[in-house]
Amino acid sequence: MNSQRNVVVTGMGLVTPAGRGLADAWNGVLAGKAAAAVDEQLAAAGTPVTIACRVPAYDADAEIGRGAKRRLDRFTHLGVIAAREAVAHAGLGDPDAEDPERIVATDPDRVGILLGSGIGGAETWAEEYPRFLDKGPSRASPMFVPKMLSNTAAGTVAIRTGARGVNMTVNTACAAGASAIHVARDLIRSGVADVVLAGGVEAGITALSISAFAQMGALSRNPDPAAASRPFDVDRDGFVMGEGAGVLVLESEEHARRRGATAYAVVAGAGASADAFHATAPPEDGGGAVLAIRRAVEDAGIDPASIGHLNAHGTSTPLNDAAEARALRAVFDDHTDRMVVTSTKGVTGHLLGAAGAVEAIFAIQAMREGLVPPTANLTNQDPDIALDVVTGEPRTVELDAVLSTSMGFGGQNAALVLTRA
Amino acid sequence: MSQDLFATFQTILVDTFGVPADDVAPDATFETLGLDSLDVVELTLVLEEETGVKLEDEELEDVRTVQDAIDKVAEKQQAAA
Repeated sequence: MNSQRNVVVTGMGLVTPAGRGLADAWNGVLAGKAAAAVDEQLAAAGTPVTIACRVPAYDADAEIGRGAKRRLDRFTHLGVIAAREAVAHAGLGDPDAEDPERIVATDPDRVGILLGSGIGGAETWAEEYPRFLDKGPSRASPMFVPKMLSNTAAGTVAIRTGARGVNMTVNTACAAGASAIHVARDLIRSGVADVVLAGGVEAGITALSISAFAQMGALSRNPDPAAASRPFDVDRDGFVMGEGAGVLVLESEEHARRRGATAYAVVAGAGASADAFHATAPPEDGGGAVLAIRRAVEDAGIDPASIGHLNAHGTSTPLNDAAEARALRAVFDDHTDRMVVTSTKGVTGHLLGAAGAVEAIFAIQAMREGLVPPTANLTNQDPDIALDVVTGEPRTVELDAVLSTSMGFGGQNAALVLTRA
Repeated sequence: MSQDLFATFQTILVDTFGVPADDVAPDATFETLGLDSLDVVELTLVLEEETGVKLEDEELEDVRTVQDAIDKVAEKQQAAA
């Protein structure tokens, strides 16, 4: 490992239901107030669940450009906006330029883009398929394919930034954002790239997908939006679907130092695994998650007892939260009791393929500020979940290393260990 | 005829492509209206639906502005009449 390069985080961009932009989103999760609301589109369609966590409204004409707006699905919009903030935060672009997301501060041929997405262009499918049925094959839109392809967000960010390095889209469902960070870290570590914009994007709130997730029993049926997403609570009954994007600028430490960039964290360890068990349910003992977390800790090469905080996957589904708690205990044993745990999904809902990246950023912020956000709506902690979960107010904790976990349908697990830069 | 076609174009550009109505002028180019090559393909599909005239790829080669397209459609409508 000594011959490999250290990878640091030098920029972060967020579009979340808790707020737009790093500062607003972070303040949103610290406030601990659920972002869920009745969604008018869903209510109008008569879906079995009508609540969701939307991102704050944005002016697509101004932010994306009028022509591009309609050529790009909403998930790509969110990815473009988050990537622009990350590039600016990292000081890679020229903020005064006409196109400030253009990368000018380094060789763009050595800049990769790795975005995770679970679903891709869900809105495009939802809009185009009824039109196709109504008007027939001759009116299938030529925009359909480029809009809905799940790699379009990464491709579009490349077009706009000029980044010509490795460009890939990772799909491990709800672990996709974390998986993208994992793979991006490895590309830099091994010298394939100097800089990678890595993260997750998702905008899957459509009547069809909400109905289908509801039929699976995955979504909360709580009639009160503000109380629906309640990770680790004894009354949790499913997740609330959200949308959003999180993009991190990962960079080799030497490259960051050479250009005088600020490092906010080190991507010290990453681990992945499969449950090899069931399409949607985790094994009760959290088996696959245990492997992913253990691998991330071993990869980081640090004392497990130095990890002071977990930003949990914590979806608010009965099975996930219990399995995750068992997995944590299996890896950390007694140290589990000293880990300060939160699930920011109480505030943001579940951002699916974007969740892992957004939550990695929240974990980094917790370490930077020594402040762990509360888990919204946790009023009666499930007695089977033996974790020290923060409730009510943010908790002040000195942190040197933090963990973020993600688990995807298909049984795919990802874990990231982030340490102080 | 041409006035009707202009109105048809304006409706399509506004409804399908989200172009502000005021931006649609006879000398406006597709490029300045924010349409790329795939948009122009879609435009021909909607146009065929609205006017019954299908503009082929080779006919689009010298079409730059709204007026160019109107002329092309009018020409084909007359030929068919």
